[in-house]
Amino acid sequence: MTAAPPIIELCHVDKYFGPFQALTDINFAVRQGERVVVCGPSGSGKSTMIRCINRLEEHDAGTITVDGILLGDDTKDIRAVRQDVGMVFQQFNLFPHLTVLENLTIGPIRVRKMDKAAAEALGRKYLDRVHIPEQADKFPSQLSGGQQQRVAIARSLCMEPKIMLFDEPTSALDPEMISEVLEAMVELANSGMTMVCVTHEMGFARRVADKMVFMEAGRIVETAPPGEFFTAPKSDRARMFLDQILEH
Amino acid sequence: MRRTKRRSLHWLDYLIAAVVVAFIAVIWLRISGTLNYKWQWERIPNYILRWDEADGRWVANLLLQGLITTIRIAIYSGILALILGTLLGIARTSTNLVIRMLARTYLEVLRNIPPVVVVFIFFFFLSQQLIAVLNMETWARGIARQDDIAVWEFFFGDMRRFPSLISGVIVLALFESAFVGEIVRAGIQSIPRGQREAARSIGMSWTDEMRFIVMPQALRKVLPPLSNQFISLVKDSSIISLISVQELTYKTVELVASTRMIFEAWIATACLYFILCFGLSLLFRRLETGGKHKPR
Ligand SMILES: Nc1ncnc2c1ncn2[C@@H]1O[C@H](COP(=O)(O)OP(=O)(O)OP(=O)(O)O)[C@@H](O)[C@H]1O
Ligand SMILES: [Mg+2]
Repeated sequence: MTAAPPIIELCHVDKYFGPFQALTDINFAVRQGERVVVCGPSGSGKSTMIRCINRLEEHDAGTITVDGILLGDDTKDIRAVRQDVGMVFQQFNLFPHLTVLENLTIGPIRVRKMDKAAAEALGRKYLDRVHIPEQADKFPSQLSGGQQQRVAIARSLCMEPKIMLFDEPTSALDPEMISEVLEAMVELANSGMTMVCVTHEMGFARRVADKMVFMEAGRIVETAPPGEFFTAPKSDRARMFLDQILEH
Repeated sequence: MRRTKRRSLHWLDYLIAAVVVAFIAVIWLRISGTLNYKWQWERIPNYILRWDEADGRWVANLLLQGLITTIRIAIYSGILALILGTLLGIARTSTNLVIRMLARTYLEVLRNIPPVVVVFIFFFFLSQQLIAVLNMETWARGIARQDDIAVWEFFFGDMRRFPSLISGVIVLALFESAFVGEIVRAGIQSIPRGQREAARSIGMSWTDEMRFIVMPQALRKVLPPLSNQFISLVKDSSIISLISVQELTYKTVELVASTRMIFEAWIATACLYFILCFGLSLLFRRLETGGKHKPR
């Protein structure tokens, strides 16, 4: 094993929503360049866990360290982490009042204080990367779902993050658009990006994942390499879950 | 099912019109019969525009002066109310409990006290003090004595009345800001959470998130209620005649006192307010439908 410290590390993390415990004793580490796929039944806390990584949710106990920064109440630290961690949402969350290119450049300009020309060059580079350079001047509402999600991926990449988080990036898409988004994600994985993906796209998981994480009722039930996870899951819960989703 | 509006008149419409006309005629006859009032409509135009013999040009008389002051006040307090209201709206959605409570208190106080009382209280406790502290009276008189005051007069009218105008603007803006604040709050809350999370997840600060993501979308959404509120502000501005701001209502009171043309003066003033407010609402409606072509 290499001795490089993990780039993301969650130790004994608990998270409550009021009286309801959404995460229980989460221990989880991701090394630089590793691709982790998180799966599990609805309501098992997958979203909550990855949202804790860029502190869209605050954890209540335990520690979370991202790229050497311990997540706490310090807003500077949180913003530093968020600049290094890109996030792609299920609902795209593009800014509807800005053009595609402005969606991409607003982060570099406002957060990285880049000048406009440089930011636009960067924006176009990543639009190219997700294969929609011709959509730069449209508004998000004029694009298809698949195109919107690729813009969202490009928007995150424009911040040149070290880590990308994906929260069910394809579940809001029509079936015929899923593959174009997955393709962009595979290309990203091949470029060596550290990725944590919540997804039920098991084909994608087989292709790119280094590690599968299975969650159930706020706990991590199983962590295994994909080969092992798909052929011989250790827990019954994981086996049942796989049977269910692989049927389709 | 949508019913299209009929454009042509039905016999029932004629009946309704006839009843309305008859009703007005009866009222009219009663007034002229019992009141023994001598109508002097011909004198009203003179109180709007007056021919100045000495200067040899048309000048604004009482009513138009008042109308211009009303417009000035509406613009300035509209802008001020928008700024204060935006801050108030943001405060209302703050995560900080104390800020939220303060904003809520301000709103509830204003909503549950009659406007006239609010105007007096703000006037004596706030703007009077503010004007005294800033020494505005002397400053304005100094300006009034200067030779080249055309620019000042264009924006603020008679500079000797500047402190009064500013009190009026402040009082009205404070009063309206509460309502603008509620409109802005609704706008902010209508922005989906995902928008703010997306802004945060690319590392934006709270200020940038508000400035570039939330407020542009929120204000665009609340433009129709905001323009209605502006029209209310124009109408509400008549209240500040009570604190001797020389706007249209105040000038009309003056006119009535000196000429006794009670009906003519008030009807003329009502028409002026109507033209202003109805004109604004037509304008805003046109702007709104014109802006619809842009994507959301
Ligand atoms: N803001 C919130 N307030 C209260 N409860 C919440 C909140 N967000 C999530 N929860 C609860 O926490 C639990 C975990 O939610 P989470 O969204 O993390 O699940 P998930 O695994 O992502 O599910 P899905 O596959 O449906 O997205 C759920 O039971 C959910 O009801
Ligand atoms: Mg989820």
